Amino acid sequence: MIARYGPRAIALGYLAVLLVLPVGFVFYRTFENGLAPVWDALTNPEAVHALYLTLIMVAIAVPANTIFGVIAALVIVRSKARGRSVLNVLVDIPFAVSPVIVGLSLVLIYGRTGWLGETLGDQGIRVIFTPVGMALATIFVSLPFVVREVVPVLREVGDDQERAAETLGASPWQTFWRVTLPAIRWGVAYGVVLTTARALGEYGAVSVVSGKLVGETETLPLHVEQRFAQFDLTSAYTSAFVLAGIALIVLLIMQMLKPKSEATG
Amino acid sequence: MIVLIPLAAVAVKSTENGLDGFWTVVTSPQALAALKLTLAVAVIVALINAVFGTLIAWVLVRDRFRGKGVVNAIIDLPFALPTIVASLTLLALYGPKSPLGVDVAYTRVAVALALLFVTLPFVVRSVQPVLHELDRDMEAAAESLGARPRTSFRRIVLPNLLPAILAGVALAFARAVGEIGSVVLISGNLPFKTEVASVFIIGQIESGSLAGAAAVSTVLLFLALIVLVLINLLAWYGRRHDR
Repeated sequence: MIARYGPRAIALGYLAVLLVLPVGFVFYRTFENGLAPVWDALTNPEAVHALYLTLIMVAIAVPANTIFGVIAALVIVRSKARGRSVLNVLVDIPFAVSPVIVGLSLVLIYGRTGWLGETLGDQGIRVIFTPVGMALATIFVSLPFVVREVVPVLREVGDDQERAAETLGASPWQTFWRVTLPAIRWGVAYGVVLTTARALGEYGAVSVVSGKLVGETETLPLHVEQRFAQFDLTSAYTSAFVLAGIALIVLLIMQMLKPKSEATG
Repeated sequence: MIVLIPLAAVAVKSTENGLDGFWTVVTSPQALAALKLTLAVAVIVALINAVFGTLIAWVLVRDRFRGKGVVNAIIDLPFALPTIVASLTLLALYGPKSPLGVDVAYTRVAVALALLFVTLPFVVRSVQPVLHELDRDMEAAAESLGARPRTSFRRIVLPNLLPAILAGVALAFARAVGEIGSVVLISGNLPFKTEVASVFIIGQIESGSLAGAAAVSTVLLFLALIVLVLINLLAWYGRRHDR
């Protein structure tokens, strides 16, 4: 009995205490005082602007990293260029480096006294404390996801079909659109979902670069912290609720894509 | 280039005031306390993940019960949930107004709790596929020869899973060392007590001491580099043994 149910009980108990109970409880806390304060917090101009800015970050980072990710994966798997194994290791760096350090490095380069900051500043271009810098930070931290999902799929698929297409007279461009992309599409989709999740929730790197100007460079995760620091718990919980809701949708899409990506892979 | 140049800038900035300047910042009591705490908690979190991550992967692969699909989906929640929300959720349940009467807010336990939350998927997701592929014949053979389940687990399953467990642990460790969002609300960021290295770095940046921030960052970068090399060595070792 114990040998059979023991591990299950411990594993499920651990998950309940660490994941399910806390997240469930936030939903309860959000609606504790009824719907009216939640609606007020939701329609507050600061919160609306924060959500808007967060979605813009996603809209910039996701396409940028998808295009880069597919190209980088093709270089790592298909090309014989020198340095591709170096690229393979470099791509993982944003996973291994603290987001705070990512933010700091951007400040050091684009800040007022930074390597490029002075030249850009003379031309009236500011990066740090503006959405431009925040977009750079978001792209940096969510860089590896698409590459990491597409590389194994490309390896599995092999290049037989691509070669066949070429012998039949297809241009490299045609081969990519007609043969390669359809084969890796679930890998790309899964990577895009992970990139979206990370870009939505990024806190560390964005918080360093943004300067946290309320109503200007404040994303939704930063708004959660700011409201919490002001003891406005209802607003903090409401914004967290919105983010958690988006996270649940992301989780659902991940589950829907998973069996398919495994079937092709 | 997007990746390397910025990181080089950090390393260069850290020695702006010479090696002495670097050393003074890194060995200042507050920086040292933050670095020590970060390392200690990351090691503890990595070890707990090794045990519970393997256990959860085991239950997900070998056990059968209703709702297993949902449990399997929940594992990815920490990857999908913004870290600041994770911090708020843990604070709501295990903080000052806890309905369970458990208040660990602003303690080191809270830091560990937050890090356990965000690093949960690494070991599970790294062990799960290996366990799935593992041939059950060897275990069946061991058991038919009279080995008890515990013995066959220890002598047969565990050695096969070890590379995957270590790879997951390394990822979890790297994440724990650099984590900020999930820790920031629940730890209270008390210097010498619950301030982790990444919070210390933010403090330095906000007080205008970029060189100080860069110095502590360089120490963390060095740690990350070691972990990256270890992961790649493990992957290489694993591939060699597959042949």
